[in-house]
Amino acid sequence: MSAPRAARGTALHAGAWWVWALGLATAASRTANPLLLALLAAVAGYVVAARRTDAPWARSYGAFVKLGLVVLGIRLVFAFVLGSPIPGTHTLVTLPELPLPHWAQGVRIGGRVTAEGMVFALYDGLKLATLLICVGAANALASPARLLKSLPGALYEAGVAVVVAMTFAPNLVADVQRLRAARRLRGRPDRGMKALLQVGLPVLEGALERSVALAAAMDARGYGRTAQVPPAVRRLTSLLTLGGLLGVCAGTYGLLGDAGGGYGLPVLLAGLAAALAGLWLGGRRSVRTRYRPEPWGVRAWLVSGSGVAVAALMIAANGYAPAALHPPAVPLTAPVLPLWPALSLLVGLVPAVAAPVPVRAGRPVSAGRSRAAAPAAPSRSADSGPFTKEPAQ
Amino acid sequence: MIRFEQVSVTYGDAAAPAVQGVDLTVPEGELCLLVGPSGAGKSTLLNAVCGLVPHFTGGTLRGRVTVGGRDTRTHPPRELADVVGTVGQDPLAHCVTDTVEDELAYGMESLGLAPDVMRRRVEETLDLLGLADLRERALRTLSGGQLQRVAIGSVLTAHPKVLVLDEPTSALDPGAAEEVLAVLQRLVHDLGTTVLMAEHRLERVVQYADQVIVLPGPGAAPVMGEPAAMMAASPVRPPVVELGRLAGWSPLPLSVRDARRKAAPLRERLSAAGAPADRAPAADGEPVASVAGLVVRRDRTPVLHGIGLTVRAGETVALMGRNGAGKSTLLRTLVGMHRPSSGTVRVGDGAPHQARPRDLLRRVGLVPQDPRDLLSADTVAAECAAADRDADAPAGRCRELVARLLPGVPDAAHPRDLSEGQRLALALAVVLTARPPLLLLDEPTRGLDYAAKARLVEVLRALAAEGHALVLATHDVELAAELAHRVVILAEGEVVADGPAAEVVVSSPAFAPQVAKVLAPLPWLTVSQVARSLEGAPA
Repeated sequence: MSAPRAARGTALHAGAWWVWALGLATAASRTANPLLLALLAAVAGYVVAARRTDAPWARSYGAFVKLGLVVLGIRLVFAFVLGSPIPGTHTLVTLPELPLPHWAQGVRIGGRVTAEGMVFALYDGLKLATLLICVGAANALASPARLLKSLPGALYEAGVAVVVAMTFAPNLVADVQRLRAARRLRGRPDRGMKALLQVGLPVLEGALERSVALAAAMDARGYGRTAQVPPAVRRLTSLLTLGGLLGVCAGTYGLLGDAGGGYGLPVLLAGLAAALAGLWLGGRRSVRTRYRPEPWGVRAWLVSGSGVAVAALMIAANGYAPAALHPPAVPLTAPVLPLWPALSLLVGLVPAVAAPVPVRAGRPVSAGRSRAAAPAAPSRSADSGPFTKEPAQ
Repeated sequence: MIRFEQVSVTYGDAAAPAVQGVDLTVPEGELCLLVGPSGAGKSTLLNAVCGLVPHFTGGTLRGRVTVGGRDTRTHPPRELADVVGTVGQDPLAHCVTDTVEDELAYGMESLGLAPDVMRRRVEETLDLLGLADLRERALRTLSGGQLQRVAIGSVLTAHPKVLVLDEPTSALDPGAAEEVLAVLQRLVHDLGTTVLMAEHRLERVVQYADQVIVLPGPGAAPVMGEPAAMMAASPVRPPVVELGRLAGWSPLPLSVRDARRKAAPLRERLSAAGAPADRAPAADGEPVASVAGLVVRRDRTPVLHGIGLTVRAGETVALMGRNGAGKSTLLRTLVGMHRPSSGTVRVGDGAPHQARPRDLLRRVGLVPQDPRDLLSADTVAAECAAADRDADAPAGRCRELVARLLPGVPDAAHPRDLSEGQRLALALAVVLTARPPLLLLDEPTRGLDYAAKARLVEVLRALAAEGHALVLATHDVELAAELAHRVVILAEGEVVADGPAAEVVVSSPAFAPQVAKVLAPLPWLTVSQVARSLEGAPA
């Protein structure tokens, strides 16, 4: 079956992408084999390349990849400078060791750097980086705002706060760039840390003004209208939510502690049920309805299912090929690519075929402009850099 | 539909009320225009209709405002959302979601309408406003006119009886403004919506108004009446009305069409008086900036494409073209904010993007679209002192300039608390402190009322006479007609017209000022030109 063109009606449920990405992340957490991890990152990257849109959030993938590399780098630097608990025989270099007082026992700065320690750190860092790349893939493929829309009614207002905060971050970056550039007009240097610090206050002022304007606009458009709920229901809602949360706390304590192993699980479950009932009742206060929610259809099942399958197959692989999935750092051995686990990772490629094809700007379909009388529409993308013209207040 | 009964509004710590003695009724299905100088309380009055004053802004509202029978004292803005739709000055600040379709549905979701109703209304609104092609687009990728239409659509879906708009066309190019006004016309005629709108650019809107409310000044009681009668008494007037007063027409014409019908005798008198006094074109001035074959790319898309332009000392050039045509990019390239991909840019004796900011300051100055970008200190005095330091100028030069440009700007005021006109004057003074021979202004008249604009025109004329070269990027055809020796029209990053103002502007339907439209094919552009010609001519 060929995938349809992505449009509002055929859009994939945002939750499906998150389930897929979390499945991949689970698989990544189950192996330390650098070849498998690289393959996993490649699978996620390929799907992102094939199915991401032009939307602003879709550009976050690159940022996550960079973040992953930074994490990997930090892990390696720490292992290099602070040493590693892994015993090793292949010494790469010996750094001068900093003498530390006895209360800092167990901490070491400098000293012997072994190949085994570095390899272990590399595997470990790679695992973290792959996890981040999987989260980045979900971020790039599914609009975070759409996902938050699927929240229950009672949590809606918290969700809006998160969405607004997320849209403000790019605005803030654009403001900083604009104001730094404006320093040039005053004959002040526009590069360097000092320039960045000096625009801080005006940028915050601007952000504050914008949030006040947005709050006014939202209020005037009916945000926060509530339905009349009988007082009894309101009290019951509070009771259920509070009681449920207490139950969850007590239950978790019981499960983790030694004393109450018996009552832990039932209390936890009862608490969860009460909290969920409270949320559901709380939703009745909100009069909101949802415009064209994305249906959870066959394609959503395929995409989320492929993620779950990757995770399950990887967990199963831990049973039949534990050695290949966790190549030892001591003694040093070259990791091999185990055939079946590698093939099972490829299941994660299903969304690259099953998910709807995004329509990208520049292709004729979406580029229509309504001002027919104008000779030819100017390209707006040309204007979307940091200097985007934003009307003033 | 909207009733104000003895309304006055006083903000928190203000000594005098922002508006008082408001006692008027806007009938159903009228397009009502609110005019008056800046600071007269237009926004306060508009926000009182949707309940944001006083519920959101604070302050004390005396009297009573009722909209569709609902009292705003007992109904906060969210409870009025299904009766009043409000669109503020900045459509981007109004957007809550990220795509066009979601934005249209947001208000209805808040009101809790049934999904099938929402679906139907979104489709209807997309068609009504001509947004069907844009339904999936992200809001940040839309042009100004498109965004303004989305903002109007987003409040229309709730089927409000009243639409309140604060300067819906000020940020738009002439074409996009026509688009938005056509939509408003249609709402009033086809759906019976009551529209209350404030606008500084009267020349664009006054002909569509059924009623005009004039707010003569801060704290003065508003007067309401028929547009023609109100225009005769109003302190702010569009050029076509000025021309009508000058020629003694009665009733005063409000549209170019009305004026043309009456203008035949005036045209005869003018053609007898001979061509209007030519503006000094200063063609032999020394070139202060020259651009040749300039290409600027952003994200691999060319924004400017093969631009050639020379600006001479003493010359005023108006840069026009629709939103996104590359006007601002060209100005920013001239101050070195963008590196040219190919071609040459020379300002003074070097390429601006290679110059150090300290040296560049003395060659070229840019007042950006939002003058607040330039201002960073927390008092006017501190800002001026910083400007003197930046330019190595003797202390006090910037303060003198401020006083000359706009007397009465208080030393201790915070730049953000100044009015638009005062802020522009301050930014202009800051830039002029270094005495750059080339001065660039990006959209200088946005948000300015007629008085502030008239002052700006005087100031800029004086600067040009002193030998400064000026380049203005503007949508304001009346400003270009008043000031420019030369008009350059950009489209798609290319120069499509470059020539003396009278020639370029008179032949273009979009960029011609009202006087030129009335008097075409005669080459008079402004009321003051006509007045000067008539003085010399026998009656």
